[in-house]
Amino acid sequence: MLTFIDTVGEAVAGIKDGSTVMIGGFGNAGQPFELIDALLDGGATDLTVVNNNAGQGDQGLALLIKEGRVRKMICSFPRQSDSWHFDAKYKAGEIELELVPQGNLAERIRAAGAGIGGFFTPTGYGTMLAEGKETRIIDGRGQVFETPIHADVALIKALKADGKGNLVYRKTARNFGPIMAAAAKHTIAQVSEIVPTGGLDPENVVTPGIYVNSIVRVAGTAGKTEQVA
Amino acid sequence: MSIQTASLQTSDKPLGRDDLARLVARDIKPGSFVNLGIGQPTLVSNYLEPEQNITLHTENGMLGMGPVAEGDQIDGDLINAGKIPVTELPGASYFHHADSFAIMRGGHLDICVLGAFQVSATGDLANWHTGAPDAIPAVGGAMDLATGAKDVFVMMTLLTRDGASKIVDACTYPLTGVGCVTRVYTDKAVFLTGPDGVQVRETFGCTLEELQALVPVPLTAAPAVER
Repeated sequence: MLTFIDTVGEAVAGIKDGSTVMIGGFGNAGQPFELIDALLDGGATDLTVVNNNAGQGDQGLALLIKEGRVRKMICSFPRQSDSWHFDAKYKAGEIELELVPQGNLAERIRAAGAGIGGFFTPTGYGTMLAEGKETRIIDGRGQVFETPIHADVALIKALKADGKGNLVYRKTARNFGPIMAAAAKHTIAQVSEIVPTGGLDPENVVTPGIYVNSIVRVAGTAGKTEQVA
Repeated sequence: MSIQTASLQTSDKPLGRDDLARLVARDIKPGSFVNLGIGQPTLVSNYLEPEQNITLHTENGMLGMGPVAEGDQIDGDLINAGKIPVTELPGASYFHHADSFAIMRGGHLDICVLGAFQVSATGDLANWHTGAPDAIPAVGGAMDLATGAKDVFVMMTLLTRDGASKIVDACTYPLTGVGCVTRVYTDKAVFLTGPDGVQVRETFGCTLEELQALVPVPLTAAPAVER
């Protein structure tokens, strides 16, 4: 059932220790900072986090990692110039890393939401990231078997929601939002604006409301203004 | 042989990064859909002509990417795969990550241009990980890019700082993709890689014999049709 929630704290209150949490965003674009901050305040720990990266700077996912709340990261690109909190935890052996090629990460998330039990992909064939995985030659190409990534919760950011939970995004901030919304048992979306039912053109809905469980409005978190932060 | 070899040399000195980017841009067929990797390949966009009608893809979810954003154009929701603010061109489209990598993996992109640590004689690519024990691995879209596009072009210097050839018999760095590279643009020559071994399309500031002395795999002149 869809619920509209007043605060980010209430929105994430049900996230339990040991959960697998998908967090949308590619770099800072589409990263639901306010929901992550609420998760940090809420105290849930021993988390497995699925994100493209492993936190930037001293905000959002980086702080969750710094505080030792993330047991395992599933991501494609943890190492960045400002990923110092992940780097420290990784070097200290205090965080597990499952490194996945970016397109395989996206398709594994998509597969979970689509009820697919796995798929063969040429990406990664013959590389160390395919070691130990089943392979086949299909249509003359070596391919690797990849399994779906499910999650208990997804935290995503969209531009607008309507009364039915339908979502639209903004520019490249869309990135992982739609596939994570479908892959998690419980999807929490922070949006800049909630419009009445009928206020979104059905032709333009990107994530149908069936995938969304909780919506919380966080003013002014999409668009040009946040680049300043 | 000497006449044929001399005809391969198209510049009396090695090419700089910008000249190489200009050459790659010129070689991209009009109407192509192209992904330019982070780093040196990004320079290619500076030399694409409007009449080429090239559409740039960025794997974080956009076709029709425009130049880097400046001043008031900067928008945190509009970035490229290197997380640099960019602009959108008329006719641009946005899509989620699974669609973006389906565009790549599905063979819909014509060309992807990547940097490399090493390329093998059969077109194996190593460009994501040095394999150093203390290095934190990060792969991003490198493996998807290497396996997805119809043609994979590499741009790199031919030699490492220590003078070792980056075109090798077999890659010693961890692989990004197997047999995926079709062309290698370097400061000293353009190489064609594939099942027929390594062919040289043109050389810059050296002859084929001088080039062969630097590269530990057999080189042959590419057929005239390739030049």
